[in-house]
Amino acid sequence: MSYLEFLYKYAPSFLNGAVVTLEQTALGTLLAVIVALIMGFMKMSSFIPVRWVGIVYIEIFRGTSLLVQMYWIFFVLPLFGITLGKFEAGFLAVGLNLGAYGAELVRGGVQSVPRSQYEAATALGMHPFTRMRRVIFPQALLNMLPPWGNLLIELLKATALVALISVADLMFVSKQINMSTFLSAQAFGTALIIYYIIARGIITPGMRGLECKLAKKLSIG
Amino acid sequence: MFDWRWDFTIEILPRLLEATGNTLIAAGLGYLIALVLGLVFALAQRTPYRLLTFAVRESIEFIRSTPLVLQIFFVFYVGPQFGIRLSPWTSGMIAIGLHYASYLSEVYRAGLDSVPKGQWEACTALNLSVRRTYTKIVIPQAIPTVIPGFGNYLVGIFKDTPMLSVIGVTELFHAATSIGAETYRFLEPFTLVGAIFLAISLPAAMLIRRFEDWIRASLGMTKLHAKD
Repeated sequence: MSYLEFLYKYAPSFLNGAVVTLEQTALGTLLAVIVALIMGFMKMSSFIPVRWVGIVYIEIFRGTSLLVQMYWIFFVLPLFGITLGKFEAGFLAVGLNLGAYGAELVRGGVQSVPRSQYEAATALGMHPFTRMRRVIFPQALLNMLPPWGNLLIELLKATALVALISVADLMFVSKQINMSTFLSAQAFGTALIIYYIIARGIITPGMRGLECKLAKKLSIG
Repeated sequence: MFDWRWDFTIEILPRLLEATGNTLIAAGLGYLIALVLGLVFALAQRTPYRLLTFAVRESIEFIRSTPLVLQIFFVFYVGPQFGIRLSPWTSGMIAIGLHYASYLSEVYRAGLDSVPKGQWEACTALNLSVRRTYTKIVIPQAIPTVIPGFGNYLVGIFKDTPMLSVIGVTELFHAATSIGAETYRFLEPFTLVGAIFLAISLPAAMLIRRFEDWIRASLGMTKLHAKD
């Protein structure tokens, strides 16, 4: 079977797999952003118990492996009465894990905003909450967008692990095609290329666009 | 804790600790391969051959943008298709080594780029050989820039070793899934694996931070001397 015939025959399966991968990536990203914001701000809190929750969360999720966390959520949580479907367990693990890395980016971004911006906002009589929302955070966001681009590619790559709890994503599909055809180079090679296209064709340009948009908005005010 | 059995914990602990040894060996070997290959990739991008530079650059981009698990499967299954049989360990080490080499080559590159252009020019002016330029002038100055990156990826490679279990490398995570399959108990093995990972990666990260400070301090002193 030539490679073109192979592609023709299995393109629909690869496509289905790619759609599941994109869904996992999108839901994982949403969760990671929420977790990153909550935990990032908690870690910056001046109230020590709150800060500790942030620190412990970040250290636990960054200190153990994603695969271990995913298996824990999928196989161990049911013992505590929380049974999740494999699809939910998949993006939950990915989002919670990458969110811990994102929290550090949020912290780094906020702390990179110059001290004088705080002082100016305070001098204008802004409430700390308004100050964060209108002055500090938009600038922090612009600083942290480039590392977030890298993090989203890590997240996309991390979703490949959901195949190991049998979510039918791109990785899972390529494994199945490999089992039924024994054409390993074609099956895994095609999947690798699709991942590359998603990363460099969708995520990287998307994040660039977002950066440009935000930069324009900030300079116009 | 809920349904936690201590006798079972004690029963499986030796087996998990033994597998932890394998995990550490896998991480160490993979890291060594990555250190060497990463340097080769970084230096290949500094050669005047445009085609080589382009090919290496694009390969690194490709490896960095695709999942490691898929690469592990690729290396393990593609060999036999062309008559080359690789053991799980060999293919695992190749895959994880290549993956991290592409990350480390970026760290090397950033380090080499951080050395001011004037230093290179001075070396040329003094007619130093390429080898002496790198070993005596450039690399010592690049070290403070690269240490944090190297440290992060050392911890990173350690946390990625569970992926090797998919092709049957008998490391920590593989041992836990085997225990789970044999006994239908998942709570203890997976929780213990998590705890073992934390117990190694947290102190490791702390040691790396200390080492970083120490290197900076020691290099800071040498720089002061150079100024005099």
